[in-house]
This record gives sequence, structure tokens and C-alpha cells, in this order.
Amino acid sequence: MVYLLCIALFCVGLYGVVRKRNVIKIIVGLIICEYASNLLFILVGYRMHGRAPVLGPDVSFENMVDPLPQAMVLTTIAIGVATTLLLVALAIRLYEKYGTFDITQIKDLKG
Amino acid sequence: MSATRLIPLFVAVPLAGVFFILLAGRKIRSFPEAVSILVTLLLFILSIYSLWVAHTRQVLVHFAGGWRPPAGILLVEDGLTAFMLVTVHVVACCIALYSVSYVRKYSSPWKFYALFLMTLSGMNGILVTGDLFNLFVFLEVASLSACALVAFGTERQELEAAFKYGVMNTLGAAFVLLAIAFLYACCSTLNMADMAGIIATKKNSAAIPFAAVLLIMGFGLKAALVPFHAWLPDAHPSAPAPISAMLSGLIIKCLGIYTLFRVLFCVIGVTPEIKSVLLLLGVLSMGVGAFGAVGQTDLKRLFAYSSLSQIGFIVFGIALGTPLGIMGGLLHLFNHSIGKSLLFLTSGSVDYALGTRDMRKMGGLYERMPVTGASGFVGAMSIAGVPPFGGFWSKLLIIFAAVQAGYIGYAVWATLAGVLTLGYLVKAIKQVFFGPLPEACRNVTEVPLPMQFAMGILAILCAGGGLLLVPGLREVFIRHASDILLNGAVYARLVGGS
Repeated sequence: MVYLLCIALFCVGLYGVVRKRNVIKIIVGLIICEYASNLLFILVGYRMHGRAPVLGPDVSFENMVDPLPQAMVLTTIAIGVATTLLLVALAIRLYEKYGTFDITQIKDLKG
Repeated sequence: MSATRLIPLFVAVPLAGVFFILLAGRKIRSFPEAVSILVTLLLFILSIYSLWVAHTRQVLVHFAGGWRPPAGILLVEDGLTAFMLVTVHVVACCIALYSVSYVRKYSSPWKFYALFLMTLSGMNGILVTGDLFNLFVFLEVASLSACALVAFGTERQELEAAFKYGVMNTLGAAFVLLAIAFLYACCSTLNMADMAGIIATKKNSAAIPFAAVLLIMGFGLKAALVPFHAWLPDAHPSAPAPISAMLSGLIIKCLGIYTLFRVLFCVIGVTPEIKSVLLLLGVLSMGVGAFGAVGQTDLKRLFAYSSLSQIGFIVFGIALGTPLGIMGGLLHLFNHSIGKSLLFLTSGSVDYALGTRDMRKMGGLYERMPVTGASGFVGAMSIAGVPPFGGFWSKLLIIFAAVQAGYIGYAVWATLAGVLTLGYLVKAIKQVFFGPLPEACRNVTEVPLPMQFAMGILAILCAGGGLLLVPGLREVFIRHASDILLNGAVYARLVGGS
């Protein structure tokens, strides 16, 4: 059930990318897509009433959440920041050249 | 030093190059050029060596940081990886050489070389990794730096194309990430060989076909298969010429085709449904690309559409799944890498000399630029599939394989697409290099020597591409690669067993 909600969130992001005309809104849609995948990753590794996965001398392995998805999501967040940064930088330059954020008016390339 | 220890160098050496270029590239003149040529040459020699090692020892596995699987990350080098590494570095060498003269017209060339080596490092990472999440990370490294390179000119069109490319690529990566999350949920491992073993025992899980669909969408976006192709005809022409060559020749193949077939064939295992979807996508790409290319007047845009069509041939050939089809597909991958890079380099030379890419303003350039003209002719004939050149043999193999597998309709369609390819390329070459010389082109001179040299090497390889089918060479170069794809389960056994 929770997984389905993640997919729904992904679809919200996808809708933003496909339907919105504003460059910034498209980027926000992409960010929502990325976060939906991150959330799914975290939920896959989560256990009900689990503990933090810290191993000490007197700690047993029982009932820990899976640490691997958390490590991966950290990486994904870093990548997502880099992607967003690049896209926003491109959006700023696009605004300088075209004077608009409307994707329907940015269409020098056709055919 | 054992050969296994050489595998991480494919990622580490270009990254070190990036570091030194960023450190000293601005201060020291022609330092970035020297570094990038040295790095690509070194890696080319290493990749030839690795091809030989893969021939004698089948598979090499390096445990990154000494961590054992399934917890640690593996770097794997098998026949397919070695084949792709050689393809990548042949082209990368020529591109590095070509860039020396070409990139002078931009304001800060050292940034160009840093991004170029970064992309190379990302592609090599994709090729050598044996870990699914690691593959995603390298995918992003390569596509982000490629996106920055598309925007390198920072003019109106470049920025627009780069934005489209960036959005499409990020979306593709999001699909891939979602698929990896599902696969991880099913298998609790990210090691590709391990995962393949677990998936083989779980036949009736619903999540795995779903993940396969997401992967086809994600990697299809990166490879520009037809319903996901809209960014390619914009992005490839807008980039600087050496980068167009790299985008068309290498990036769509490493990021799209290699990953698609590695994950689908070796990890998830191909089912009849997946196969028929891939065949259909391949056939669609062939047709759309060929029809799109016919009406173009911009030289680079025509080549970009042609790439779309040739990608269709490659995917179609490999997806047939027969030994002949896979061999044809891989050989076409090699021939197209060489040929299309060559064509983009020649179009870059024409652009360099004339300052325009509009074919209607050109003509008769052969007498002013003989080297560019001759190599452009060879490249076009190879892509078009004219007999003695490399492209002919690979297309012939693909069409034979289609007939052999019983897809007569698809084979006819592929033949028609091939004829159409010949048509538009001959038209383009005739319009650019032959016919009367317009008044505006009287004072055109041949491009500088490094550019000529790079194009010459690629042209010779293009002409000799068919020789790879000669027995002796075929065993070393392409047999192990096609074996891996032919029997995906071998991968898990080889990697798991060593």
C-alpha cells in the first residue's frame, strides 16, 4: 500500500514534467520524481519498530532497519542536487537568452 | 602486476586527468590537450590488453576496496566489457586528437577537456561495474557531464537542447532508480551476478516484469529508442563537433544499449515478451530515423536522425537473440561508433571551414578539402552499407539473422530502411562535397593537421570494419562478447564462481 503511494507520488512528478509549461515547474516535477524513488528505497529497507543500524560491542543484530538503502539514498540525494543545480543553471541562462520561462516559446529547434 | 588490478584504472585514470586539468589547466598552455591525449592513449593500450586477457581468461573480477561480494562492489571485465572498452577508446583517442584544433574557438578549452574526461570516466565506470547501484551512479556522472558539454557553446540553441537533454536524462535516471528499488526489494542484493541467481529462482514474482518495463523506459530514454527519442535530434547537432561524435558514437551506446542488454539479458533474463517489445522498438527506430533524415537541410541534424535509425538496427539485431543476430548487432555497434563519429567530425570540419551547417550553401568542397571529403565519403558509405565497407557486413548479418529467425516482415522493413539510408547519405555527400563550388566557398582551406589525422584514422578503421569477421580476429574481438549476451546465465556463473 505504501509502495503504491510512492508510485502515485512518482506519477505526480511525471505529470509535472509532461504537462507544465514553466521551466521551473518542470524541474520541480523532476525533483518530485527523484524523491518518490528515494522514499521507495527507504521504505523498502524499513521495519516496523526497527532500530537504527548502529553496531556496537553490546548490540545484537535483531530488528535493525536495513542500512544499505539509507546509504544509497544519501548518494542519490547528492546526485539529485547536482542534477537540479545544472538544470537550474541552464534555466537561468535560458531566461537570459529568451526572456521567458515558458517552454512553448523556447523553440528554436524544430523538425 | 596481475591483470585484475588494471580494471579500476579505467575509472581512476580519467578522473585523475580531470583533477590535474582543473588544477593547472588554466595556467599552463596546451596542458589540458596533452593530458587528455595521453589519458585516452594509455586507456586505449590498456583496453587492447584487456581484450586479450578477456580472450584467454574469460572473466576478471576485482573486489573494490577488498570487500567480498555480496556486500562489496565488484568490478567485472568479461568479453562484452572488453569489446565495449576497445570501441570507446578507439573513438575517444581520435576525438581527443581532433579537439586540439577544434576547441580553440571556445573561450575556456580546459573546461571542455575536464568535462570530456569526466564523461569518459563515467562511461568506463558503467562498462566495468558489476553492481547495479554503482551502474546508476556512473550513469549520472556520464550524463550530467555530457549535458554540460551539450550546453558548452551557451547560445540560444545549445541551451535549449541541453535543457531538453537534461530533463530527459534525469527522467530516465529516475525510472532506472525506481526499477533498482524494486529489484532490491525482491532480491535484497545489488550485485548483478548475485541478483541474476536469485531472479532465476523466483519466476512468478510480479515485481520483476514491472522492473523490466521501467528499465526499458529508463535505458530507452538514454539510448533514444523511438518513443523516447525526441531529445536526440536537438542535442546531438547542438554540441561542439567532437562531442557530437562522442554523443552519437559512444554515449548512447554505453548509457543506453550496453546497459539495456547487460541488465535485461544477463541479470533479469529475457522473456519472449521483452524480446518482442525490443524488436518492435528497434524496427520503429529504424523507420522513424530514416524518414526523419530524408527532409533535413542541416548536415549535423541529418546525421543525428541517421544515428536514431542505426540504433534501431543495433537493438533489433541484438534483440533477435540468435548467435548471428547478436554478432551482427555488436559488429554494427562497432561500425556505427566509428562511422558516425567520423561523419560528425567531418561535419565539424566543414562547419569549422565554412561557418555554416546548412547543406544548401555548400557544394564541391571535395576539391578544396580533399581529406575531409574523402573521409566523409568513406564514413557515409560505411553507414549506408555499401559493400566493401564495414557497415555492409554488419547490416547483412542482421538482415540474414532476421530471415533465419523467421521475421520476414521485419527483415524486409530493415532492408527498406537500409536503402533509405543509402539514399539520404548519398544525397547529403553529393550536395556537400561534389557538384559546382559556390562563390562563397572559393577561399575555403583544408582544416588543421590534427583534425585531418583523426579523421584519417577513423576512415581507415571504417573501411576495414568488415575484416573483423575474418576467422582469427572474430574469435578474439567479438565471439566472447556475443557469447555473454547469447547465454545470459553464463554471466552469473562466471562472476559468482571466480
